[in-house]
Amino acid sequence: MMLIHCPFCGKRSESEFIYGGPVGADRPNPDAVSDAQWVEYLTVTPNPLGPVQEKWWHARGCGEWLTIWRDTRTHDIVEAPENAQ
Amino acid sequence: MPSNRLPTGGRINRNQPVRFKFNGKSYEGFEGDTLASALIANGVSITARSFKYHRPRGIVGHGVEEPATLVELAGANASGNVPATTVSLHEGLSARSVNCWPSASLDLGATNQLISKFIPAGFYYKTFKWPNWHWYEPSIRKAAGLAAAPTHPPASGHFEARHAHADILIAGAGPAGLMAALIAGRSGARVFLVDEGTEAGGSLLNRALLIEGRPAMEWVADAVAELAQMDNVTHLQDSTVWAYREHNLLMVNERSPQNPSVIERSWRVRAGQVICATGAIERMLVFANNDRPGVMMASSAQAYVNRYAALPGKQAVVFTNNNSAYAAAADMHAAGVEIKAIIDSRKTIPKDALACVSGIKIHAGHVVQTTKGHRSVRGVVVAPIDGGRRFTVSCDLLAQSGGWNPAVHLFSQSRGTVRYDETLASFVPDQPAQRTHSAGAANGDITLDSALSSGAKAALAALNETGEMHQTANVPTGQDTPYGITPLWQVDAKGTKSKAFLDIQNDVSVDDVHLALREGYDNIEHVKRYTTGGMGIDQGKTGNINIIGVVAQQKDLPLQDVGATTFRAPYTPVSFGAIGGIREDSVLFPYRHTPITAWNHDQGAFMYEAGARWRRPGYFPRPSESFQETVNRECRAVRESVGVYDGSPLGTFELKGRDTGKFLDFIYTNVMSSLKPGQGRYGLMLSDDGLIIDDGVTLRLDDHRWLLSTSTGHADAINQHMEKLLQTEFPDWEVMITTVTSQWNNATVCGPNARKTVEALGTDIDLSPDNFPFMSFREGTVAGLAARIVRVSFTGELSYEINVAPRDMLTLWERIMKAGKPHGILPVGSEASHVLRVEKGFLSLGHEVDGTADAYDLNMGWIMSKKKPDYLGKRSVELRRRGTAVRRELVGLVPDDPNHQIPEGAPLTPGGKKQKTEGLTTACVWSVMNDRWVALALLENGHSRHGETAHVRLKDGVIPAKITAPVFHDPDGILLRS
Repeated sequence: MMLIHCPFCGKRSESEFIYGGPVGADRPNPDAVSDAQWVEYLTVTPNPLGPVQEKWWHARGCGEWLTIWRDTRTHDIVEAPENAQ
Repeated sequence: MPSNRLPTGGRINRNQPVRFKFNGKSYEGFEGDTLASALIANGVSITARSFKYHRPRGIVGHGVEEPATLVELAGANASGNVPATTVSLHEGLSARSVNCWPSASLDLGATNQLISKFIPAGFYYKTFKWPNWHWYEPSIRKAAGLAAAPTHPPASGHFEARHAHADILIAGAGPAGLMAALIAGRSGARVFLVDEGTEAGGSLLNRALLIEGRPAMEWVADAVAELAQMDNVTHLQDSTVWAYREHNLLMVNERSPQNPSVIERSWRVRAGQVICATGAIERMLVFANNDRPGVMMASSAQAYVNRYAALPGKQAVVFTNNNSAYAAAADMHAAGVEIKAIIDSRKTIPKDALACVSGIKIHAGHVVQTTKGHRSVRGVVVAPIDGGRRFTVSCDLLAQSGGWNPAVHLFSQSRGTVRYDETLASFVPDQPAQRTHSAGAANGDITLDSALSSGAKAALAALNETGEMHQTANVPTGQDTPYGITPLWQVDAKGTKSKAFLDIQNDVSVDDVHLALREGYDNIEHVKRYTTGGMGIDQGKTGNINIIGVVAQQKDLPLQDVGATTFRAPYTPVSFGAIGGIREDSVLFPYRHTPITAWNHDQGAFMYEAGARWRRPGYFPRPSESFQETVNRECRAVRESVGVYDGSPLGTFELKGRDTGKFLDFIYTNVMSSLKPGQGRYGLMLSDDGLIIDDGVTLRLDDHRWLLSTSTGHADAINQHMEKLLQTEFPDWEVMITTVTSQWNNATVCGPNARKTVEALGTDIDLSPDNFPFMSFREGTVAGLAARIVRVSFTGELSYEINVAPRDMLTLWERIMKAGKPHGILPVGSEASHVLRVEKGFLSLGHEVDGTADAYDLNMGWIMSKKKPDYLGKRSVELRRRGTAVRRELVGLVPDDPNHQIPEGAPLTPGGKKQKTEGLTTACVWSVMNDRWVALALLENGHSRHGETAHVRLKDGVIPAKITAPVFHDPDGILLRS
């Protein structure tokens, strides 16, 4: 069980949070993309071996949605990689 | 006095005799005994049968590593598959061996031994796969015969869970752990010291060692006393750190808490630093018939004579490849065991080892090839390791030591890496992955002196990392025999046909591992799974490394390259009770009630859960009324006069802020922003991939305040959905969401006489249809209570949903019942509500809306806005509808025989033939308006098939039914607008 840093509540146990999936591409303008691009936006989510940015919801706490960078190999919460946006 | 008990010594309380039963026979032991030590003291040699071959087995170990003797405990705290070495003896204890029938000494399953040649590794996989493993599984499981689960939870007491934080958690209270705890405790840090034994001391309990010239257990007692004085130290015995999770979270199972009403306690400890001082576990030597009762670990024989004053044999042979067994031999000799010989596979024996024993015959460079005897050991066959003349030494105990494996389990669970150490001939901790330190034998510091100093070193390192700078510590000196080992992975005895076991618990022999390698399972993880070696309750604590050794020899690889299998939690078995804690059904998931639950009970309502843990009345039966009669009566009240139901569980959210209209337009398929204050609108909510995730009515309270309702079961998910969008996608939109489900309760009065009933209640709201039309709401007072009335309808009748504060709900309800009495008002349960909505063809999420249907399939294309350029799901639905897939569309079904009920969920096939289904029945109810069964279904191309006949295919017949529009009452919706 990880210890996740909430910007309001500090370090709290993972059990207080609900996982919201990895941070994917921004939602494109649906009228400006091809069918294939739209399907890719919907279905292709980041799944790297290593650091991934994720959304978590402090549902059993303050209600804040937050993002963390988690290393999928270790569950370590890490700094954002330098080349990350 | 039992035959094998020493007259003095040991850490047992001779003033406190304890009677117990084992396999139906009565015995006596002492307080301080384990079941295993008491059985040894009573001279019971066959204590178990093996899992697969049903070979007789005795006691092999003295702690959690015990591979052979598993017992089932009867009585109040019944438990299955517990190693006898970990069961503390208590008055009235009753245990029986597992894996045998009718008894351990006479086991009919033992005939398996005769055919053992034909049931090698993988036998069950290969043999019982045709036609289906499940045909054979029950009887094979029964033959395997591990203990059954208890049928009841413990009669008294409860389990509980606790969370705790520690600066430093120390696993193990042996010499290294105690030394670390003393240093860390003295610094003032918050320390958790956790040890699996019933008393502290670890290996010192079993050995006769000195610290600072005094018996080591005196030092232990002083340390424990000092720790007890420290408020910052929590010291738990009979407690196991069984899992090492992410971010230094440790799971601790405390088995004998001080509070007598607590059976076991589960601690979740978040630690700043962790010191693994988990000791080492002695491993077996691998030779033919090494599983015979009377073959025991040397350290265990030592433990039985020293700690329990019990003699595991009278004439012993010691077989070893390292120095530690010499001390064991010396202690056994001192206790009166005749040591017939020490067989040492090393050709040169270190002086330190020889110094322990004098006057004992030592055969250097020799090995035990096999044991003799039938039901227990009578002797051993010895030969020079390089071959030569064999000879027999008679004995009733073979104490063996294959060396010591640091208990790296927790360290490895923490994802620390291990490396093979040539000097120790075992795996030791390498790189930690978390804030973890290893100390003592767990770190490869096997001897007492090195354990004490490495405990101190780990404590200082941990303190330095927590920011408390400490440089030195006084470490006492201990006296111990240096550890020297030359590994011996298996005894090569050509011509011996008998099995040499690697895993005694799962009956895995050297032959099985060779077979696995021959059949291509040559990764160590595959060898493990194919042979099941190390997959027992003991998790191969005494045997796993030997399996790696045998694989390494066979493949001619260094052990480091073969690698170790993954160590996983739990380190030792944990009861489900401890894991669950007090989170039983009602505590884990409490029911939700509305304020009229007591009233419902008084009326004799049949209550059940109807979504999201809400307890709701299903129906209100009267005496001598059938279920269907009750439901029909309630339906008829609504259709013919007036009924009332409690709609409080519907999810309700208040949305505030200037961008709320824009936000609602984005999450609903239709336009919400055009609503005027006082109006409401039904909406459909999609996810961005086009699935319908919710429906409900939204009200506009004023310019910037809206009230949104969701289905009962989806309230939490929709809350998450909306918050996620607002916080992660549109952080600059000004919308605030407040959950108000429990801030508003409502009673919905519905039926042709609904208006008259609400008028009779007394209200300052103008109820005339012109001034208060369908899909609008008004605020005012109703029956003297502040209320908001909403004109929505889930029944198809004229309805007034009267919303009040929860404190007023019961009053309102009782006044409605009174006001409606002249019209014969009835309370309506969930069952009748279901019938009424099916008669109208109103949707129900999870019935008609199943993830495949879109709005067009459900005759609701009108709700998919063409005007709005974008909203969630728009593009995806468009994309899908451009495809050519055949759609399943919502239709009504009227069975040809009006009395023929269609089971909900029943499939439809073309012509009722045994073909691919073309749809399914989503609901079927007895319609009081039509006096027959009617159903809703999703059917391929259903919209163009009205008037045709569809066929419901059941196991025992076919139900023909006419396809209709999915509405069976008031198709034009005149009544609900009236």
